[in-house]
Amino acid sequence: MSHFSNILRKDRDRALYLYHQMVLIREFEQKVEQLFMQGKIHGTMHLCVGQEATAVGACSVLRDEDKITTTHRGHGQCIAKGADINRMMAEILGKATGLCKGKGGSMHLADLDKGNLGANGIVAGGLPIATGAALTSKMKKLGYVVVSFFGDGATNQGSFHESLNLAAIWDLPVVFFCENNQYAMSAPVYEMIKVPDIAERASAYGIPGVVVDGSDLLEVMRVTSEAVERARRGEGPTLIEAKTYRFKGHSRSDARKYRTREEEREWMEKRDPIKKYRSWLAGEGLASEQELDQYDADARKDVEAAAEFAENSPEPSLDLLTEDVYA
Amino acid sequence: MRTITFAEAIRESMIQMMRENEDIYLIGEDIGIYGGVFGVTNGMLELFGPERIRNTPISEAAITGCAVGSAMTGMRPILELQFSDFMLIALDQIVNQAAKMRYMFGGKGSVPMVIRTPNGSGLGFAAQHSQSLETWLAHIPGLKVVQPSTPYDAKGLLKAAVEDNNPVVFFEHKLLYGTKGEVPEELYTIPLGKADIKREGSDVTIIATSIMVLRALEAAKELEKEGISVEVVDPRTLVPLDEETLIRSAMKTRRVIVVYEAVKRAGFGAEIASMLGESEAFDYLDAPIMRLGGEAVPIPYNHRLEKAAVPQVQDIIRGVRRILNRA
Repeated sequence: MSHFSNILRKDRDRALYLYHQMVLIREFEQKVEQLFMQGKIHGTMHLCVGQEATAVGACSVLRDEDKITTTHRGHGQCIAKGADINRMMAEILGKATGLCKGKGGSMHLADLDKGNLGANGIVAGGLPIATGAALTSKMKKLGYVVVSFFGDGATNQGSFHESLNLAAIWDLPVVFFCENNQYAMSAPVYEMIKVPDIAERASAYGIPGVVVDGSDLLEVMRVTSEAVERARRGEGPTLIEAKTYRFKGHSRSDARKYRTREEEREWMEKRDPIKKYRSWLAGEGLASEQELDQYDADARKDVEAAAEFAENSPEPSLDLLTEDVYA
Repeated sequence: MRTITFAEAIRESMIQMMRENEDIYLIGEDIGIYGGVFGVTNGMLELFGPERIRNTPISEAAITGCAVGSAMTGMRPILELQFSDFMLIALDQIVNQAAKMRYMFGGKGSVPMVIRTPNGSGLGFAAQHSQSLETWLAHIPGLKVVQPSTPYDAKGLLKAAVEDNNPVVFFEHKLLYGTKGEVPEELYTIPLGKADIKREGSDVTIIATSIMVLRALEAAKELEKEGISVEVVDPRTLVPLDEETLIRSAMKTRRVIVVYEAVKRAGFGAEIASMLGESEAFDYLDAPIMRLGGEAVPIPYNHRLEKAAVPQVQDIIRGVRRILNRA
């Protein structure tokens, strides 16, 4: 049993906060989808429903000064690293009050004040950047660690391999966190990657590679915390592969022809990270079903408020068009 | 004043800046014991050690991204990309990441990094080591582009580039490395966006970049014997471009030739010509603006073919005679 189960048994507030964060992410994503269907979101969206335990588990073992880079599917990590969901929702709606003044949108959510160095529209685009942020930590002796999130698809990009090698030879304080959600858009992992576990690729760079069940919050916390502490001690990077599943399609236009409804049901029924953690909490007697329902309702209310804030926020003024190109 | 080479001026600028600012470090391939493929970083490893003279694996995408990530988090990297042709492997990090980050993030964050890279033909390196790609970068909002032509300019412009809070691409023509000129020993700044009139004249203006400045000056000397007075203007930086100085010179001489080594088609000289055509200088012009640029061919290996591929002194002389209707 993970040592986090012992810690959380004794720290009910923290245990429930983690639950709160996971349901907040799911409610947030469902609201984004709803707003999208209502035609209120211009552009596209990539939802992380089903992947809440990787975002929350990994970010929960970080310090405030630690940093992350995320992906096009980055709403979850952004919330888990402490972003204000009002400003996040406003950004997704392209409003002036958004985290990026409405200029970045869903795929470029960044929250530098909270250590989120940005989502990325380019698959594997964040790995070299995370490596560089880790180099700063090492050169300036700042003590922070960087966690770079990416999907299974990114591990076929040159930037993945180059970054792992570079971080390995320089023992940089970075953790490479692969959310293997089984599909790179429509391409299944088993067709695009020959090795059974992506984590095996770590051995090519002389660093540890770890596989973890991405639907198990406590396990994600355990492996991430070990990797983060290793990095903080100056022992270099780790590659974590969390096996997970995106419950929704890739993006707005996805008819999900590449996978079966049976497969989806299987994951949703057996490996829903929120259901799993909820039953652990209830089983440990840390919260009653009613209490947990209340958390769900509160999250829904917070998300409704965020949507209201976003919808009522002004559009960016046209003067903003040519601002911020140069520092 | 003492005379040093272009390569020495760049090295001296870096050494002096690194002594003043701990945040500056060098990153690149073979920049350590080897001293860089053109010897620009010779001896710097001994001065600053391997932490600040970071010799890297051959991973252009990752080392560029590493520079980006470290720049975002407080360092001021100077990245040496061994040949500007290799930049094509790193373009995602330059164009999609470094250039756009501040804008995408709504004005938060900055990427104060310099990419130094050898450009141009003339040494028999053939098609994949001899291109002039500055126009590609000048096209991208968020980047600045510098092309020094003298040791004096190189030293001062590099300081401005390193102090700039934006990604700056600093093109060093390979044939310039060995050229000599007067350079003050102390550190000084030449601001980006200030053209320099390298020679005053009254009959025709030649706007030339990089190595073409030297060829234009040689042509001007020849033409002087025929009583033709040539003004040679070096923009020094393409972005930002000192439009005012170029326009003023065009209005003074009423005839303009733009000379650049890059392929003439859609090269930066086309931008300069259009800019002048749209400016108040148009009414003053006595002849259409002429462009002299590279042939639309990959740079060939054979030295006669290589020379024929880009403008030479004789081509410039012929161009001047033609624009003055004396040919």
